[in-house]
This record gives sequence, C-alpha cells and structure tokens, in this order.
Amino acid sequence: MTGLNTIGRSLLRDDADILKSPSPPSRRIVFGAAWLKVVKGIRPGLVLAWFVMAIVVLWALFPQWFTSYSATVGVARQQLRAPSAEHWLGTDALGRDLLARIIYGAGNSLSGAFVAVGVGLVVGTTLGIVAGSARGRIDGAIMRGVDVLLSIPQLLLSLSIVILLGFGILNAAIAVGVTSIASFARLARSEVVRVRASDYVEAAFGSGGTFGRVLLRHILPNSLTSVIAFAALQLGWAILTISTLGFLGYGAPPPTPEWGLLIAEGRNYIARAWWLTTVPGIVVILVVLSANRISQSFGKVTA
Amino acid sequence: MTTAINIRPVPPDVPKLPVLEISNLAVGYRGSDGFQRVVHEVSLLVRSGQVVALVGESGSGKTTTAQAVIGLLAENGRVEAGAVKLNGTDIAGWSQRQLDTIRGSRISLIPQDPTSSLNPVKTIGAQVAEVLQIHRQGSRAEIDARVIELLTRVGLSQPELRAKQYPHELSGGMRQRVLIAIAIALRPALIIADEPTSALDVTVQKRILDLIDELRREYGTAVLLVTHDLGVAADRANHIVVLKGGRIQEQGPTAEVLAFPRSEYTRKLLADAPSLGKARAVPRIRSPRISGSDDAIAVESLVQDFSIGGSREVFRAVDGVSFTVKRGTTHAIVGESGSGKTTTARSIVGFQKPISGRILVDGIDVTTLRGENLRQFRKTIQLVYQNPFASLDPRQTIFQIVEEPLLNFDPLPREDRAKKVHAILERVGLPQSVLARKPRALSGGQRQRVAIARALVLDPQVLVLDEAVSALDVTVQAQILALLDELQQALGLTYLFISHDLAVVRQISDTVSVLHNGRQVDSGPVEDVFLRPGSPYTRELISAIPGQRGIGQH
Repeated sequence: MTGLNTIGRSLLRDDADILKSPSPPSRRIVFGAAWLKVVKGIRPGLVLAWFVMAIVVLWALFPQWFTSYSATVGVARQQLRAPSAEHWLGTDALGRDLLARIIYGAGNSLSGAFVAVGVGLVVGTTLGIVAGSARGRIDGAIMRGVDVLLSIPQLLLSLSIVILLGFGILNAAIAVGVTSIASFARLARSEVVRVRASDYVEAAFGSGGTFGRVLLRHILPNSLTSVIAFAALQLGWAILTISTLGFLGYGAPPPTPEWGLLIAEGRNYIARAWWLTTVPGIVVILVVLSANRISQSFGKVTA
Repeated sequence: MTTAINIRPVPPDVPKLPVLEISNLAVGYRGSDGFQRVVHEVSLLVRSGQVVALVGESGSGKTTTAQAVIGLLAENGRVEAGAVKLNGTDIAGWSQRQLDTIRGSRISLIPQDPTSSLNPVKTIGAQVAEVLQIHRQGSRAEIDARVIELLTRVGLSQPELRAKQYPHELSGGMRQRVLIAIAIALRPALIIADEPTSALDVTVQKRILDLIDELRREYGTAVLLVTHDLGVAADRANHIVVLKGGRIQEQGPTAEVLAFPRSEYTRKLLADAPSLGKARAVPRIRSPRISGSDDAIAVESLVQDFSIGGSREVFRAVDGVSFTVKRGTTHAIVGESGSGKTTTARSIVGFQKPISGRILVDGIDVTTLRGENLRQFRKTIQLVYQNPFASLDPRQTIFQIVEEPLLNFDPLPREDRAKKVHAILERVGLPQSVLARKPRALSGGQRQRVAIARALVLDPQVLVLDEAVSALDVTVQAQILALLDELQQALGLTYLFISHDLAVVRQISDTVSVLHNGRQVDSGPVEDVFLRPGSPYTRELISAIPGQRGIGQH
C-alpha cells in the first residue's frame, strides 16, 4: 500500500492541472489551440529529418524528375570526372553520373528497407503478441526461440540467409527482416505483458469481457504504439544493413544502383575519386539519422 | 482576503528574529505561454520551536511554497517577487552555490517519498555521512560515530547493522527515519517536512510524527509542515496556514482556525475531513433498509497463499478470514499494507482462487466457478479500483468505457445501450457532455464517477470498492462518499469497502473486519469495534487516526 499511496499522491498533482481548466471550450477552439501547439512545438531538426525523408521517397518514386542521366549506361570518355556543373556529383569509372545512380538507388534501398521492416514487424509482432497473451508454455517456447535468434550475430545470420535464399535485393531485404524479428517479438511481448497487468484490462475482464474481445479492444491498441515507433527506428537500421550486404556483394548484382554497392564500387578508386564513396556514404548517414529522429518524435507523442 | 493575509505583528517582548519569514512570495512556472503564477502573495512566519502547517489540496501551491524556501523549485519555476528571510537574511535571490552552504546546516528537508529519496546503491550509513562530509564535520572516525548516534537517535534498532544496509532492506517507516536522521544531522534551525508521512501506514505515521515532535522539542528546531491532511495539521501544528489556488485563505493559531474558521474554504475543508472528530460527534444512525436478513456475501475461513522467490517458499497473505454481509449494507475491511485486505477482495470478485475456504456471493460459490459460468457471475459483482487514472483505458471515450460491459452480455440494440449509458451517467452525477471525451480530460473525481458508472451499468448486486476514495482530495472524497450512499439507498446495493482509512470507514460502513497480517483480529458492527475494540492492534489503529487531539484540547 505504501507504493499505491505514493502513486495516489503524485496523481493528485496531475489532477490539479486538469482541475484548472474544468470545462474544455468548444471543439473548434480546442482544435485551434492544438494547431497552435503544433506550430509552436516545431523543432528544426525534426523538420529537416522529414524533409530528407520526403526527398528520398520522391527519388524512389519518380527518379526521372530529378535527373536526366541514366543510372546504368555510362558515357565513354567521361570516366572519373570530379563534381562539376555538368555532373554535380561527378562520374564513376564507367562514366555514369553519380547523382543519377544515387537517385535511382533510392528506390532499391528504400523498398528493401520497407520489406525488411515489414517482415520483422509482421512476424515479430505476431510472435510477441501470441507469447505475451498466451503465457505459460507457449510463451516459453516462443521466447526461447527468439533468444536463439538473438544469440546469433545479426550480420552472420543475414549472410547465412542470403546464401540460402540466393543473392539479390529482395532476398537481402528478407534476410535483414528475419534478423529483426527477435527485437520486434521481445518489444511486442513486453508491451502486451505491461498492458495486460493494467487495471483497465482487469476491469474489462471483470465486466465480463472474453479474452478475444479484451485483446482486440484494449491490449492491442495500447501496446502497438511503441512497436510502431520502433519500426520507424528499424527503417534506418535496415537501410544501413542492406547497404552493408550490398557492400559485401550479397545484395543487388552490379549494374543495379544500390547505395551499399555504390560505396563498394567507389572503394577501388578512393585515391583518385573520393566522391564515389564519400557522397553515397553521407546520403546513407543522413537518411538513417532522419529515420531515427522521426522515430524518436513518435516515441514522444505516444509516451 | 485582506483579513486572511495579515501577519500578526511581532510582539515587542519577543527579542529573537523569526527563523523563517516569508513575505509576499510569488512563484511562477514557465508554461507554453509565458510564466504562470501559482503562488500569490504568501506571507508567513515560523518561530523557533514552532510547527507551522501549510495545508491545502493538490494544486494549492503548498509544495511550491516549500520548495521556493529551500531553492529547490523545478527547472521552469522561479520566484517572481517577495522575500524569504532566514534568521533575517533574505535568501530568495541566492544562487544555488550560496544555498548549498545553508542547505543541510541551516535548513533541511524531509521529503515525501522515502522510497525514491534514498540512493539505492549506497548504504544507509554512507548516505547519512554524506551530509556531514559535505559540511566538513570532523574526521572519518568522528563522522562514523556520529552516524551511529544519529541512527540511534531516530529510533532505529540495531543502528550498526542499519548503517551497513541498503535502502531496499528497510521498511518504509525505517527509510523515513533515515531521512529524518539526515535532516537533523547538523541541527538546522528549520526543517521543512513535505508530506513526510503521506506514503506511510497510519500507525507508522503516528510514530514518525511523534519523532519529529520530540526532536523539535529537544533541539528547538522550527518545522514547516506541508500536508494535505487537516487532521495531521490539527494534531501537530501550533499555527495553521490554509492555502487554496496559491493564495492564503486563512492563517492563525491552530485552535483558533479549527474552532472559528473565518474563511468559507476552511469551513468546507473541516466539514469534509472525515478524521476531524466528525464521525465521533455524529454517530451513524441507519435504519436497516432491507428487512430481509439474507446475506449478500458470506466468506468462510478464506486462506490465500502466494509463492515468493522460487516456488518453494510460500507466503500466507490471508489466513482464515470469515465474515458475512447483509444485503443492502456496507461492510468494511480495514488494515494496513500487507494485511491481506486487497487479496480478500480480489478472491471475492473471482480474480484468484483461494487455497481453501468458501465464498458465497448471492448464494453462488465463487471458488468453484470457471470459464463461462465465471463470466456470467461478473454481472452480480463489480470492482471499483483505487486509482481512476489506471482503471480507465486512455484510448477509449467515456461512452465506450461505460458501454463496454453491456456489449459483453446479451446484445441490446444500439439505442437501448445508449439510453442505458445516458441514464447511468446521470445517476452518478456526470454531465452528458463528458461522453465524447477521453479520461485524460477529466478530473480525478470525475474519473472515479465514470468507474462507478461502468461498474453499475450491469445492475450488479454487490460493489467492491478497493480504496476507491483514497487517491482523491478530501472534498472530492466527501462527494464520492455521498454519491455512494445515495446509490445504496436508491438501488439497494451491497458494498464491500476496502480501506486503510478508519475515519472514512467509520463514516460509511455498518459492519467492519479488521485484518492484521492476514488474520482477522476484530469484527462486528462498526460502533462496537470503534468503542470497544477487541484486540490491541485495533486499539492502536484507532488511536493513530490523526485529528483526535481535536478542537477542545488546544
């Protein structure tokens, strides 16, 4: 009871804030105030992060809007040109425009990342929810399996899966997704267990709710918010890991523009053409940081 | 207002300066639109050896005032005007570094929550020694000796052992004693006690307050006691300052404020405080509402075990508890933390299966119910939780919350459901305008009304109220208790009222069981138990209720 009383006291403080404005004004004013809050709460870093993500998504969807060069066909006699007005980011060893390759590469890298996060999210969350709601032996069996998955180094696991499935951007994405199943499962399970222990879930059972109804009406909606925030975080990580696989040669086969592959190809010319590795590297870093920042803001909203 | 904030002029025959003099203090917090003032023109005096109580409900600014004195306002808070004079020196504008020199040595703080106020990775001895080291009080050996002396002084048994222990090895009351030892280590002139006993059981509360009183008398220390409990203030303070909305409503000598309250607000607080002898003065007179003598609840030698640590060791939470509750009456289960009262309640509602014993609710043996039968049984008995902030799903609207139990049973047409929800909401005294809102847009009292509405929408026979008013401010608590009484009269409900607060229990229940360490030590009609307690434990509980020194004895 000591603990409960403490909770009670601290709650009273929250209560006071509410009491100060006992009757919320009409809906329109509330929305107005909320809008004002949004405008005031804008953080430059977050805006920048969304801006970066928007550009990259547009690159992936409509690469032809941003460049007139081909991503795969080079121009002879224009190899390894430094950045200039003609080729903003220079050209590679086959005379292909680097900017065009980065822009066309966005599609491959992003779709790969979405597939990877999708695999992890769907499979991992389902496992976590089943484990968290079933408890007992099913829980034990699933979570020990997840522990085994976690005990294998992620890169080693994804390399093994790619080798089993065969090389290619889609297989690399699936491999990366499989390695993130464990994290999703753990998070989803812990959230389900937390929500299950709450008073309102017990009250729902106490008022005659069946298991399925309580799961759908209370447990899932309240536990999935942090899973969604985690998925946004995983997006950045997936781009990075897919690029790593591409760099190691397990991802997209060569002429395909893919960010990891671009960095790997540029490596051979790093002394003569620094831009070939540096610029794609910076793009990857920016996108990963933006995804992290956006995920963080999700976490704050839900918390 | 003008009469309320006047300060008694210092009589010329008192030569000493007051230990603390707050004049026209104003404190604001920075919010989304500039500074918002939460403490307005607060002025008060604390003389040496005096206890001054700052009394008010949540949000009244009492803690903010205390924090401003010791320079511990939250990061977004600042003193906007006024002076805080410690022995005549104004410390309101001091920097944190300047304040460090007087904190601990001249002013010290006894914080509210003993659990979170001690460092979990340092021993008790090291934490008491810290304040002595900061203010450079002698060699290591001297400090160690002084630590043992202090721990002995605050009444800890085996002080040498305690000094080597970590906070988690001590009970809440013992931790609070450690915090008091830290606060008195350098014999400060002023101790600020911010709700020092709110998180403690009532018997422990009494012992801690006795200790503070004793130390005050011995050292002549002045105490600024911040409390929400008017009963505690009435018992312990020489002078009471009543705050509301950051303004002083009234201040004066304790006996005067209690006997002749000048402000409307103080009168209301006094009327709503269950502990201030009201129950004693006005015995509960109730006619048996239902003439039939059938029992709504019958519990027979209930036993409940919990396994601790591994599954080998077993802790007996409830040990042979038996009682019956007549239909239409209120039975209270009283006890301190760990007494088994909540466990008993949860077994009755059917959330856990007891090891042995029988529980009959409305003639049905709860302990044998399973699956669909148990689900159907839920219509008979409903539980209202202590904490209305946790018992309502934050994502649902009030309408969805109240409607949900109806969806679980025989499906009613949509219009009938809506009609029922509207009717029950009116019944518990909530406006229809709250239906579309989420719980976070409601106050604590309103939320508890929603929880009661949800419990009543299935027309149950029995309502189990697990500390259902403990988290509420005293005036809100009085409103909810009145509502419960009215609902009982109108609907013939049977209540099982779980509480640690004997004053409230005396006010609302017909019969009572007192639990101690899982055993029932007393039971019977409430006046019998209060006037002729059968066990020493019950006597101790009753004597620990604050507010009993009351009006006459000052």
